[in-house]
Amino acid sequence: MNAPTAATDTALIPGVVVLDEQVGARAAWSAVVAAGDVLTIVDLAGNQAVDCLLYSAADTAVRYSASETIARQGGIVLTTGSVLRADTGAALSTVVGDEVGVHDTLGGACSKESNTLRYGQHTRAQHGCMENFLLEGSRYGLGAKDLASNINWFMNVPVDPDGALGIVDGLSAPGKRVALRAEVDVLVLVSNCPQVNNPCNAFDPTPVRMIVTRPGEAA
Amino acid sequence: MTSHVRDAPHADHPDTATTAGAKAHARAQHGRTADVMRHVPASSSPTAPDGVPAEGLVWSETVAAGGYTTAVLARGTRIRFTDLDGDACAHVLIHRADGPHERLNVADTVKVPWQAYLGVGHPLLSGFGRVLATVVADTSGHHDALAGTTTRAGNAARYGAGAPESPSPAGRELLLLAALKNGLGPRDLPPSPSFFKGVRVASDGTLQWQGSAGAGAHVDLLLHVDAIVSLANTAHPLDPRPEFTCSALRMHAWPAGDDLDLLAAGDLVGPLRPEHRQAVANTDADLIARGVL
Repeated sequence: MNAPTAATDTALIPGVVVLDEQVGARAAWSAVVAAGDVLTIVDLAGNQAVDCLLYSAADTAVRYSASETIARQGGIVLTTGSVLRADTGAALSTVVGDEVGVHDTLGGACSKESNTLRYGQHTRAQHGCMENFLLEGSRYGLGAKDLASNINWFMNVPVDPDGALGIVDGLSAPGKRVALRAEVDVLVLVSNCPQVNNPCNAFDPTPVRMIVTRPGEAA
Repeated sequence: MTSHVRDAPHADHPDTATTAGAKAHARAQHGRTADVMRHVPASSSPTAPDGVPAEGLVWSETVAAGGYTTAVLARGTRIRFTDLDGDACAHVLIHRADGPHERLNVADTVKVPWQAYLGVGHPLLSGFGRVLATVVADTSGHHDALAGTTTRAGNAARYGAGAPESPSPAGRELLLLAALKNGLGPRDLPPSPSFFKGVRVASDGTLQWQGSAGAGAHVDLLLHVDAIVSLANTAHPLDPRPEFTCSALRMHAWPAGDDLDLLAAGDLVGPLRPEHRQAVANTDADLIARGVL
């Protein structure tokens, strides 16, 4: 991994840096991103799935909806221009920069429980994204019923003509970035995916970097 | 604008000026039937599916276009949804009755079986490594697990209204009502799959509308746990027709515990795939541990 570069140079959308944090491999992270601010997620080592849920900070019952986002844009792929919508239809965030071109809306979060279905009972002991989401969400009063289908930044899930779908090798690379602008004050919950049984993290979970910038103010 | 001022009793209700008259008028309505109604008891249903005796039914209802229903049903219940006239669209949620934070999770439902399109043999999974229901019959093949249901704001923009009492009710409003009837609320509504309107994914990831398979198609679900089943029958969010278009949907349910054994043995819909077998094993282990099995 390269030495860290200045956040002002790494943010996809320039502006005053209001947050610059590294999320450890397999760890959870959260922040409230103010309306108008831009969160840049940096895939430091490449092909690291970043599981992500969004909530209106003013009312966490208004949360990201994969299905509403998919239906309204008419497709399953997230990239620049995609509007990330709540299940009320409201816009929570917009993808304003993307160096990969494909991010996943279908695959949801890994969990100890679903690992037993996909890989066998011996994997139940492994850490999973649901653990991260539950614990990080609990700091804001959220619980199991507040978790719904999430975004997977940097994860590649094609659907074949016969409906077969699966998590396959990623299209990201070291240092690639995606940026989302908050349309309202947004609570962002992240699980830096700990999965080691499929290629979503290239079988080796690694850290990612989170930079929030405030465009339009002198840096 | 039409005046809403009334100056005389309605001609059809001449005798409702007194409590006795109002009571008699109300009671005189009992026993009437309608095209869209729930038959209570279900064994009195005039609409039993072929091969299913009415006496065995535990649920029989015709849900209006733009209507909803919710039923708490036991493990081993077989549910049949029938698209009577070809334009029903069944938006379905399933919550575990004894712990409704465990509910249908469409991400795990497509990811775990490695299959985005719902059909016979597809397990409907919770987010907790268990199977809530299995699709055990399907004469439609036109379904969708990706685009979810409609919103009040979306239907208002599209059709001019999205409220439940409007001519174009939004699926999310109807499912919210179903949730509220069970003591649940908006946080209990994850993305929902829908039956009888097909959506496919093109190679570039865009969605393609497939529409309906036509009148008379049915889908059967077999419950693996006691469950709150909620259904909204309303137009699909990707339905391209400019006018709100929906038709009645029929729901029947009957006990079919033997089907769970046949399913597990591979004798109902063929051999279960490995992920499905694990999900059945996890579900049965949970019920055994609780002393239910």
